[in-house]
Amino acid sequence: MTKYIDSGKNDTRSGFGDGLTELGLENENVIAFCADLTPSLKMGPFAKNHPERFFQSGIAEANMVGMAAGSTIGGKIPFIGTFAAFATGRVYDQIRQSVAYSNKNVKIAASHAGVTLGEDGATHQILEDIGLMKMLPGMVVINPCDYNQTKAATKAVAEYVGPVYLRFGRPKVANFTPADQKFEIGKALMLNEGSDVTIVATGHLVWEALLAAEELESKGIKAEVINIHTIKPLDVNAIIKSVEKTGCIVSAEEHNVFGGFGESVARELSQTNPVPQEFVGVNDSFGMSGTPAQLMDKYELNAAAIVKAVEKVISRK
Amino acid sequence: MASTQELENFCTQVRRDILRMVHAVNSGHPGGSLGCTEFVSTLYQEVMDYNSDSFSMDGQGEDLFFLSNGHTSPLFYSVLARSGYFPVSELATFRKLDSRLQGHPTNHDGLPGIRMASGSLGQGLSNGIGSALTKKLNGDDKIIYTLHGDGEIQEGQIWEAALFAAHNKVDNLIMTIDANGMQIDGPTKDVLGLDSIKAKFEAFGWEVMELAEGNNPAKIKEALQEAKLRTGKGKPVCIVMKTEMGNGVDFMMGTHHWHGQAPNDEQLATALEQNPETLGDY
Repeated sequence: MTKYIDSGKNDTRSGFGDGLTELGLENENVIAFCADLTPSLKMGPFAKNHPERFFQSGIAEANMVGMAAGSTIGGKIPFIGTFAAFATGRVYDQIRQSVAYSNKNVKIAASHAGVTLGEDGATHQILEDIGLMKMLPGMVVINPCDYNQTKAATKAVAEYVGPVYLRFGRPKVANFTPADQKFEIGKALMLNEGSDVTIVATGHLVWEALLAAEELESKGIKAEVINIHTIKPLDVNAIIKSVEKTGCIVSAEEHNVFGGFGESVARELSQTNPVPQEFVGVNDSFGMSGTPAQLMDKYELNAAAIVKAVEKVISRK
Repeated sequence: MASTQELENFCTQVRRDILRMVHAVNSGHPGGSLGCTEFVSTLYQEVMDYNSDSFSMDGQGEDLFFLSNGHTSPLFYSVLARSGYFPVSELATFRKLDSRLQGHPTNHDGLPGIRMASGSLGQGLSNGIGSALTKKLNGDDKIIYTLHGDGEIQEGQIWEAALFAAHNKVDNLIMTIDANGMQIDGPTKDVLGLDSIKAKFEAFGWEVMELAEGNNPAKIKEALQEAKLRTGKGKPVCIVMKTEMGNGVDFMMGTHHWHGQAPNDEQLATALEQNPETLGDY
């Protein structure tokens, strides 16, 4: 199978921070708001380089969202940074009315998504944010898989006009996509071609899907692995094309299976190409404290869980 | 600048529009709309600089207004139409299927003059501050105006925004609070008392003015001119404006009954008699 090399573990939030730093230097219309989490979101360099374009919002996320929406009037491109839990659930109504319904060019930069936030526990580990955001008409939902891709995505969303939810995480994870990649919103990326099963993964689960494919290969199963960095709009054609070949699919995400990415896949396939599907994700529960690795294991969000799901879905063909 | 009589005629026609619009669909919010008629009319007819002939979302070089208490939409629509943003005849589509004049204001359907949806309360001050920040970054010295209900400021987001605006010296912003003392469940002092709004905003670091006659166009104009003089001095400006809910229709005044209640045929006729046609009905 296609080999992917981890060029050195790094966190996706640093991909965001570094992308934002470059944007600051390249585009004077880019501005940023942060709700008292500047170091966590890696927004310090932008704030230092452009103090006039950086707005410390304090621990007041609702106001931050509303201000960002207003700031687009006059041509600014605001990025708002906080943890995914506070960037979505806490301010859902503000995003719904002032950003989505008002169709404002706001980029919601949501870090520390999912259980890999780790020790802080369930209050901070949102597993419902993809669902909340994908339900909003007009909202683009992106969950890149590694440092390089998050950086590329950050720069790409500044070019796109319209509201975007950009989801990333806290831990250092494998960095295996090209540093010079061009990020195309809504375009799925074929990582490994196979004929027995399709694995569609998003975010941190993409690397796990590649590890799973390696293990499956040793068992004689050829897995096709597709990186779905954009959950909405979903690259339906790429998924359909793949299942026409493989006849079954596993979706993998660091999110509740209720309302998540896998449900979007199932909804599309059920209408045109119904095939057996298994869902790797959190099964309708909250997270808890622990190390990221322990939590990925406990909630079955890793390569081993994907292998198990693949074996099950193939048996259902 | 319009003469006092012209401005009063404008307000009378706006009141007629509001009454006829909510009556036609038997829904909407006449009380607060009538109470703020003089304010919004004066703002658009006498105070703000804007280009209604060719509406641009960015509004560069224009004063901008955000209606935060969006339920007063019939007032907003009437003033916008009669200020040239869209044909007055379109007021007849208010709250009807596929209209650009939704129950609560929105830019979603492209209605000129509106830059932000409102309805869910407490968001307009944040929106206004955001656009004020952008005006400063763009070197645009025009002013941002926002309007809020007094009940609305029970929303916590208002106080987040109030903190931010003072801390960051957002001094190109004039917020007006419609202090009519009423909300859906009754007098504001009984529902969730606000006590001294002036003292609260002063404590938050704002420049605060009180306008006792918020239904008097001449006094409103005076207050807004004074408020403009107080911009650019390092503090956001707040006007606490006393109004009478339902102003201009005797049986709608002094009660919160007409907050979200449309008049019936007979009530409409009485109300319109008290507000004779001045600029031509839509």
